[in-house]
Amino acid sequence: MMQVLQKNKFLQFLLLIVVFILLCMFIPATEGNWLWRFEPLLKSLPVVINNSVDYLMFDWWLIEVYDPEIEEYEEKPMMRQVTRSISGFILFLIEFVRELMLGGVKTIVTFTGWDWATENQWARWPGLPWTVVTGAVVILGYALGGVGLACFVGFAFTYIAIFGQWEPSMQTLSFVLIAAPTAILIGLFLGVWSYKSKTVENILNPLLNVAQIMPHFAYLIPVMVFFGIGDHAGAIATIIFATPPMVRLTNLGLKKVPAEVGEAGLMNGCTDWQLMRRVLIPSARRDILLGVNQVIMQCLAMVVIASLIGAKGLGNDLLIALNRLRIGLALEIGICIVLIAIVLDRLSLAWANKQTDYFADQSFKERHKYSIWFMGIFVVGLALAGVGQMIFKEGFNYLYLIPHNKGITTEPFWQAGVDWMWDTFFYTLKGFNEWLIIDVLIPVKKAFLGMPVVATFTLVMGIGFIVGGIRSALIVGAYLLFIALTEWWDRALITSYLMTMAVLISGVIGIVVGTLCAQHPTATRILLAWCDTFQTFPSFIYLIPVMMLFGVTDTSVLIAIVVYATIPAARYTVIGLRSVPAELHDAGSMSGVNRFQRFVSIELPLSFPHMALGINQTVVFALAMVIIGALIGTDDLGQLILGSLSDKQGVGNGLVLGFCVAFIGLAIDQILRTWANQRKAALGID
Amino acid sequence: MKFRTPKTLRTLAAASCISLLSVGGAAKAADSTSPIVIPLHNWSSQVVMAYVIGGMFESMGSNVEYVPADSQAVYESIRNGDVTISHEVWQSTFGKSFYNAMAKGGVIDAGTHSATTLEEMGVPTWVIEENLCPGLPNWEALKDCHEVFATADSEGKGRWLEGPQSWHGDLMPVRLEALGLADNWTVKFAGGADALWTELASAKKEGRGTIIFNWTPNFTDADGFTFIEFPEYTDGCRVADGGDGSCGSPKGWLKKAANYKFPKTHPAAYTAFSKLDFTTAQIGQMAALVDTDKMDHKDAAAKWLKDNEAVWMPWTK
Repeated sequence: MMQVLQKNKFLQFLLLIVVFILLCMFIPATEGNWLWRFEPLLKSLPVVINNSVDYLMFDWWLIEVYDPEIEEYEEKPMMRQVTRSISGFILFLIEFVRELMLGGVKTIVTFTGWDWATENQWARWPGLPWTVVTGAVVILGYALGGVGLACFVGFAFTYIAIFGQWEPSMQTLSFVLIAAPTAILIGLFLGVWSYKSKTVENILNPLLNVAQIMPHFAYLIPVMVFFGIGDHAGAIATIIFATPPMVRLTNLGLKKVPAEVGEAGLMNGCTDWQLMRRVLIPSARRDILLGVNQVIMQCLAMVVIASLIGAKGLGNDLLIALNRLRIGLALEIGICIVLIAIVLDRLSLAWANKQTDYFADQSFKERHKYSIWFMGIFVVGLALAGVGQMIFKEGFNYLYLIPHNKGITTEPFWQAGVDWMWDTFFYTLKGFNEWLIIDVLIPVKKAFLGMPVVATFTLVMGIGFIVGGIRSALIVGAYLLFIALTEWWDRALITSYLMTMAVLISGVIGIVVGTLCAQHPTATRILLAWCDTFQTFPSFIYLIPVMMLFGVTDTSVLIAIVVYATIPAARYTVIGLRSVPAELHDAGSMSGVNRFQRFVSIELPLSFPHMALGINQTVVFALAMVIIGALIGTDDLGQLILGSLSDKQGVGNGLVLGFCVAFIGLAIDQILRTWANQRKAALGID
Repeated sequence: MKFRTPKTLRTLAAASCISLLSVGGAAKAADSTSPIVIPLHNWSSQVVMAYVIGGMFESMGSNVEYVPADSQAVYESIRNGDVTISHEVWQSTFGKSFYNAMAKGGVIDAGTHSATTLEEMGVPTWVIEENLCPGLPNWEALKDCHEVFATADSEGKGRWLEGPQSWHGDLMPVRLEALGLADNWTVKFAGGADALWTELASAKKEGRGTIIFNWTPNFTDADGFTFIEFPEYTDGCRVADGGDGSCGSPKGWLKKAANYKFPKTHPAAYTAFSKLDFTTAQIGQMAALVDTDKMDHKDAAAKWLKDNEAVWMPWTK
């Protein structure tokens, strides 16, 4: 009997389920019963964290600093001086890029001080006309990727300009142009380092996991306390959010480089640096470029959140538009964000793919043709702006800068679209919504909340044990224990309920759509483009129409999560299916399987590990969205994280809540990853 | 060399320095040229007012900078000196954040606007006109018509759509309980203001009754919004103050907050800011320029400043 049980995982699962159900049935839901809910022993943890941060920021290592403004010495903590000088530096970079495009006085002020700049009002840096900036990026596009890219880039920037979003877009762009390269460089550095040193990798791995899963709201307040409010704070939060995939993919890419390649480099007498720079990184470029793509997508996905802690630009405008339910306007802003993302992505991709031509022997004109073109554009743009100054008398020089809200707008069209959607679908959807809430969501939620804590532990640790042995069981148990000992276990259960429902739906949709699209290269390309678009398109925008149709209910929350969380499921399915070697297809066909059989017995099993990682990412994305769900109205961890923005113990509460969310994700990650690795080993891939 | 004096002595010394400064300051009255940082939140009247106040400071020769900020988190930034002022501190929504920051030190109360506010549960006026729940706006009417306000997830009870729990905690659930309405009514916490406005819009389209948390002055005033008349607020009627919670909201204040250094660094600008005082009508005007006339926030502020010089000029003197 025991031997059968040891061999047969299915029986093990069955036994686990039976035990779980028995536990659920026989443990009474009474206060003070530790089998039902643990004592919140970690209740004071947020307070401790909060006090330590306060101490660090306000009381530790006080130094006397003279404040010329109030002509007094003030005691200031060292830590604050350090973080604020970092902030100052980042802010300077952002302002510098911004003022190149839009003009201003901050850069000058950095060198001269406000007193001088106030006295000398002439000392203002003029911005470039939008025509010149657009011309410059078109040339850049042409130089890097030819006519196609140039056209696309030109279209994107012209769209931004004529829709009157130039100023906020350039503000956003300047902030992304600092955040993204920083994230890429840090990511590359950490990725290489963790490739070189196993210790670093082991330390980094959990940190990356937490940084990736923790909802960004949770660290907004700490970032704000440490670095102050403004573009720099937004940039720092963005960097924390965007760096992990870069580290991961760099590390992964380097590991995949065959040992022979490295050896060949060594034999040719490469130094360490040359080996890395000239041999390993170029060989791993595919994964590294995917990392760059992810960094850019994540940076633009953060634009709206970053505006909550002071990033200027499109994000803030979007929030204002949405507050008045101006969906059309918000949509135009959202499109600008997506366009910036795609432009940056394509340009960086083209730059990385550009081969150096070692043999060209070009004339001066050839070598400098782009600079010469740019000079031409510059002169023409200035001339146009001058002409504009004469034509447009009423104060807006459209050839210099199309002011905010003075561009063309398609708002009425979108507004009508929303109305149409309402009229057409509302009453049909209403029935569905009521059914879903009453017959599915409420019962599931109650079931989740009705689990005794011991039963939850048994179930999750049991699965961990069956999949990965005692080690996995203990790791998963530790994550759960942390959550169970805070006072937010019930809230965490609600988060898990929302996440489970969303992952089920997203997983099914993602895998089905991914499978269908993987059958054809064009369909694949379209799907991947959709994935990029929806990853950067601010989810805030579709929250409003969704809430209109489905009310302030869990249905709306689910839909919002599903739209976002389906992306990785679909993406990884496609990647998995397309990575099945063609030889295996042929081998299958030769053995006489038809297309469907080939799919079921060859492609599907082989891409299962990839799909599992896709589901893993779906979990991550779904958890990242709990905060967006909280903006609709939930009673889970997300809502509390939102609340920590105004709380006295905001820093501590936010971080601990963030950890709770992250640990839910990490527990699932542990199980899925172990399983995927086992499958991979069994299938002999990777 | 650094010598330590007892803390009280030092505070005394600092205090006398400040008072000396402010006496001597009148003669010098030179405001620092470093920019005054004004936060921008996500609702129209606040943004226009930010630009109006910024314009006022600029007319006095100060440099001004605007920074987008979350309306709850901003008080921590004012405390740290990253943001200089906040000009719309709503009693019941931001009172908690404001006083929390004040308790930690670094934020000062820079006076109160004339505009009084009310933040309360209410219904769109058409709900009363169509008599969906006879007897409204008196709260006793709620005893008999909870079905009209039921939603799919309220399990047959009528639903109050409250703001996020971070705004006033369990005030509304407690009130339901205290008024004896809890058997037939439940409170749902919305995630933010957007959710409230969306609910308002979709309820109107559907012709369904809805009770939401709202405030005045607000842009919803224009479409008609009626607050429910609960038993009058008296001091100490709330649970936190020892009462049973069976009372409505008080007429609230709208305050101004500033960083503690602002009076010292910009004495003239601070004086103007402390004199600054908007009425409900003026706030309504500013919001209407954007919401009704669809102007850009900056243009609206410029227009308001131009049209109302008589109002704001005296504050700067």
